[in-house]
Amino acid sequence: MRQSSPPISASPSPRYPRLWGFALVLLVAPSPASVSLDEKAATKDDPAASRVAFLAVYKVLSHPRCMNCHPAGDAPLQGEDSHPHAQNVKRGKDGAGKYALKCANCHQAKALPGENMPPGNPNWRLPSPEMPLVFQGKSPGALARQLKDPKQNGGKTLDQVLHHAAEDTLVLGCWNPGEGRAKPPLAHEEFVRELRTWIETGAHEPE
Amino acid sequence: MITIRVNRKEYHVDVEPDTPLLWVIRETIGLTGTKFGCGVAQCGACTIHLDGEAARSCVTPVERAIGREIVTIEGLPDDLGRPLKDAWIALDVPQCGYCQSGQIMAAAVLLRENPNPTDEDVDDGMTGNICRCGTYPRIRRAIHLAAQAIAKGAAR
Repeated sequence: MRQSSPPISASPSPRYPRLWGFALVLLVAPSPASVSLDEKAATKDDPAASRVAFLAVYKVLSHPRCMNCHPAGDAPLQGEDSHPHAQNVKRGKDGAGKYALKCANCHQAKALPGENMPPGNPNWRLPSPEMPLVFQGKSPGALARQLKDPKQNGGKTLDQVLHHAAEDTLVLGCWNPGEGRAKPPLAHEEFVRELRTWIETGAHEPE
Repeated sequence: MITIRVNRKEYHVDVEPDTPLLWVIRETIGLTGTKFGCGVAQCGACTIHLDGEAARSCVTPVERAIGREIVTIEGLPDDLGRPLKDAWIALDVPQCGYCQSGQIMAAAVLLRENPNPTDEDVDDGMTGNICRCGTYPRIRRAIHLAAQAIAKGAAR
């Protein structure tokens, strides 16, 4: 049977003007940043340079594309104003939602075409409730401390944090957020470069 | 040609891989119990099950369903479907009825994962399914009634 079907990219109904102002991440990733992650970090302790670098990193981490899936509460955020996700979506026991409101029920493996249509990633989720990795409401110093603490950062070394930022498709998706969503204020390469500088100069915490 | 399984039956459909699954279910296969509401995954009227998980078929490309088990309201197995449908009838849940197949498909996922839900659990599971008639209080009562019926059936 052949049929003419409407495309999935149908524009959102005007009845729901802002509901898909979603945050975060997508599947189709740009090339990872051109940093040599395997080089041994030639650490030169430089507290002032380190703090400056982290403030640049912070601009990205506190941007809605990153922060919206690192909420202080139990619900994802969406939109440029980081409002609570429509439909009262909740984190669930593994970060991937609850019951008939699991992330993958609406979010596909890649962003759907059309302004403010659901963005996508095959592994779309929030951090788990045991390791919530909260970005929302954190000062630069508090966020830096969290990133350095394996008990709060998913058990990662700083090298692993750098790898995560450079290569994880959920992170990379912030720079490919689907139509109608702003990208973080730094290019991904620049973000990774600043993160690397922060680490190599001693991972000092801004005040 | 794409092959998909719907309600335990195989279908060969000549559609583009990015065709919304909802269109294939309704227009190509002819199962019209699943409804089109908003087309942007907001309302839940198009909820079906994909390998047992709720999915909004209006935004799900048919290619995602290849090799997976699709279940629509017409094929919801009796272990959950019968008590839910009985409760819906007993409490006269629907008003216009348009959203109700999506409501029942969402409720089935809730009861499978949580056979004895509290009101808060029901709200967590059902809040994404919009009912313009406002039948939410009856939906909540019907889910509790179905849960009781399932528990009684299991105790027999």
